[in-house]
Amino acid sequence: MADTQSKGLIGRFLAASPDSVGKTIFIAVAVCLVASMIVSTAAVSLRPVQEINKKRDKQLNVLQVAGLYEPGIKVAEAFAAFEPQVLDLETGQFTDQFDAANFDDLAAAQDPELSRALENDPAGIGRQSRYKTVYLLREENGDLDKVILPVHGYGLWSTLYGFIAVEENGNDIFGLQFYQHGETPGLGAEVDNPRWKSLWRGKKLHDESGELHISVAKAQGPAGPEHHIDALAGATLTSVGVDNLVKFWMGEEGYAPFLAALKAGEL
Amino acid sequence: MAQTKKDMLVDPLVDNNPITLQVLGICSALAVTSSLQVAFVMTLAVTFVTAFSSMFISILRNQIPGSIRIIVQMVIIASLVILVDQVLKAYAFEISKTLSVFVGLIITNCIVMGRAEAFAMSNPPVASFIDGLGNGMGYGLILMLVGVIRELFGSGSLFGMTILETVNNGGWYVPNGMLLLPPSAFFVIGLLIWGFRTWKPNQVEEREYKIQNVEAH
Repeated sequence: MADTQSKGLIGRFLAASPDSVGKTIFIAVAVCLVASMIVSTAAVSLRPVQEINKKRDKQLNVLQVAGLYEPGIKVAEAFAAFEPQVLDLETGQFTDQFDAANFDDLAAAQDPELSRALENDPAGIGRQSRYKTVYLLREENGDLDKVILPVHGYGLWSTLYGFIAVEENGNDIFGLQFYQHGETPGLGAEVDNPRWKSLWRGKKLHDESGELHISVAKAQGPAGPEHHIDALAGATLTSVGVDNLVKFWMGEEGYAPFLAALKAGEL
Repeated sequence: MAQTKKDMLVDPLVDNNPITLQVLGICSALAVTSSLQVAFVMTLAVTFVTAFSSMFISILRNQIPGSIRIIVQMVIIASLVILVDQVLKAYAFEISKTLSVFVGLIITNCIVMGRAEAFAMSNPPVASFIDGLGNGMGYGLILMLVGVIRELFGSGSLFGMTILETVNNGGWYVPNGMLLLPPSAFFVIGLLIWGFRTWKPNQVEEREYKIQNVEAH
């Protein structure tokens, strides 16, 4: 091209062969810069809306696991029926150290002051917060009806986050529901399947001697049907993950002291 | 290019459909078609990504070095996909949860890459945009067709509105549960391809093999 010289720096650059080393590097850097700017702008500017959605979704799941959700209800209003409390796992008692409505137990798990590294870690969560936000549901006369306990643990691909609703006797399960996971759609993601979730209702955590027997497995264990939940077909590792996380959180390092207090009627 | 802009838009709907003729994008078509609403959002997302990635790649086509062209295409496509994912998470949270990994997997959807590489790299931006739009809609058309069949007969509703009252809700219709499972989409898409190729016999591929004629003894 004869008139290349007259186009100035940009013109010469555009006319240069795209396959030269300099231009290859320039294009690579420029495309990445522009793309990353667009992506980060979108991520930062949309975050507040996403946070609200997440919070609402969590409330929705608390409602669902407690069996209070019906399509069309106002989530925030219905959620007001729950009494959030921050629970000290070790003592099994509530604590006033934190503002229960805003305490984030998952963030606390990263804080060395509020959490501990797990040595025995069947749920695969690494660190565990020593305080958890639990939700109490009371009957009209003020008696405790259900407690909603947050649980999480590793499945096959991802950490599953969810809630277990336990009746006021500290033994009967009302429901289990996960609000966030990345398990295989159609297989592990069937933890969301209403039919499978309904298997949990009425199962008992402990036997008469107080020993923890709940299990998710293919075959029913010696403990009997009231402690057994059928594993998901085609999702062995997700089922094992759910089994582990439920046993962990209902066990001594989880909510056992709190459940014992419930059983004794101390709340 | 003798193709008019209208042809570019309409061609991928039936005559050159990415799913039924090119048999691309099947994986996501299986996963997101059990309800129409989700299929519709996926259609919008894929159409948006295909159209705009084709356009941007076409604008840059003379500047993209041959040695890193796939990477540049991927960066552009991936950015658009993340954009879509973020917007969905902000404004359609429930649907974004159902779509889960499949929004992210638009990046690897063969249709997007295929149009970028086959069309946008050698055509001007407006034509590429229209081509991307057409192919996105061609993908979407099949998605919606499959979605209608699966949702109507699988759960007796369309867009979540009850059409056939199911037995569980006190109606008469016994839903076909298999249609809600991913494998059913294989059958439905297979039947659609059969239908399309019976209607337009020029879409039938030539056999790659020939059955030998055995001489009669």
